[in-house]
Amino acid sequence: MLAVDAIACWRGERAVFAGLSFGLTAGEALVLAGRNGAGKSSLLRILAGLLAPAEGRVLWDGEDTAEDRPAHARRLRWLGHADALKPSLTVAENLAIFARLSSDSSTTVGAALAAVGLGPLANLPVRALSAGQRRRASLARLALGQAPLWLLDEPTVGLDAISVEQLGTLLAAHRAGGGMVIVATHLPLPLPGARKLML
Amino acid sequence: MIALLERELRLALRTPGDSLGAVLFFILVAALFPFGVGPEPAALARLAPGALVAAMLLAALLPLDRMFGAEAEDGSLDLLLLSGVSPAGLAMVKAAGHWLTTAVPLLVAVPIAAAMLNLPIEAWGVAMLALGLATLVLSLLGTLGAALTLGARRGGVLLPLLVLPLAIPAVIFAAGAIEAQASGVSPRAFLLFLAAQAALLAPLMPLAAGAALRDA
Repeated sequence: MLAVDAIACWRGERAVFAGLSFGLTAGEALVLAGRNGAGKSSLLRILAGLLAPAEGRVLWDGEDTAEDRPAHARRLRWLGHADALKPSLTVAENLAIFARLSSDSSTTVGAALAAVGLGPLANLPVRALSAGQRRRASLARLALGQAPLWLLDEPTVGLDAISVEQLGTLLAAHRAGGGMVIVATHLPLPLPGARKLML
Repeated sequence: MIALLERELRLALRTPGDSLGAVLFFILVAALFPFGVGPEPAALARLAPGALVAAMLLAALLPLDRMFGAEAEDGSLDLLLLSGVSPAGLAMVKAAGHWLTTAVPLLVAVPIAAAMLNLPIEAWGVAMLALGLATLVLSLLGTLGAALTLGARRGGVLLPLLVLPLAIPAVIFAAGAIEAQASGVSPRAFLLFLAAQAALLAPLMPLAAGAALRDA
């Protein structure tokens, strides 16, 4: 289980946040709220191990995640601001590369694309997709494999109402299977029973 | 690591413009020398080894500032760092990818440039070998430079300033090898020195570049 122990984040001379502690158990969801620049993205980066906290630790099942970064990376799925898709490759190729890199073949690329309603566009180059479709293609990466912890930074940007609903279904299924979700957003998201953390 | 290298090659094949641009730049720079020095064969042949090496290293520099920059911009770098491959492994793959997708096409164009510079045909083989090793050194140094300048403003300007001074030994020995062969002396010692540089950098550079990537 995820536990955050008194972490602090500095930007230059100024503390973005300090002494932040919380825990998350299987099936739980946490929504990070706060104004622009409150440190939502920085907190997600710290939780992923992409950024070292100025103070404090991020624990998984009681062990410091900084000690074994590759193991921590394997148990999480990351969705950043940017879609991390290569425009010259097809949607399916983009996902297949990621699936090979994460060496988790428990779900197929086709199934992941179907979960976000992009099945028919699998063989189109990403450059032919609209912004919302690209966002959905990067959301499909979440459905690849069985990582328990999902870290999402503004996942609904550019999505239409139906896609937001599909994302809600995806998140619900993940939580029903014992997964955890931490999401930074200021748009409404169908995430019943989620706790809220004001930064 | 193999999956990562495949990704590099596939991306390069889908956008062949980058490699092609470097090749054309190389040929054009080599073509400028006869205009500047004059078409006298002896003067050109005297210049040829140094001009070839300089033109090739400059051409190989071109795609370096996009090496990590493009990955960072579209968010792929975060995913790559979270993919379980170590940052040093990622840097190693990037260096290998740069050599395969930029240096190899440049090597194929060496005979064209060598002919324009009137390099004796007996030296072409050694020229390709020496340039192959010199670009390997540059790929390794360049990956470190690209990792260090990632996120810096004007990184594209900073990168050559950082990398080219470090590449001076490779220029000296590569040009020396070609010149030795052209004047009928054995280029063996020069080539061994070049290979030694590459062998020294190959294990050290990825560690340094990986550390730079982690803090980027």
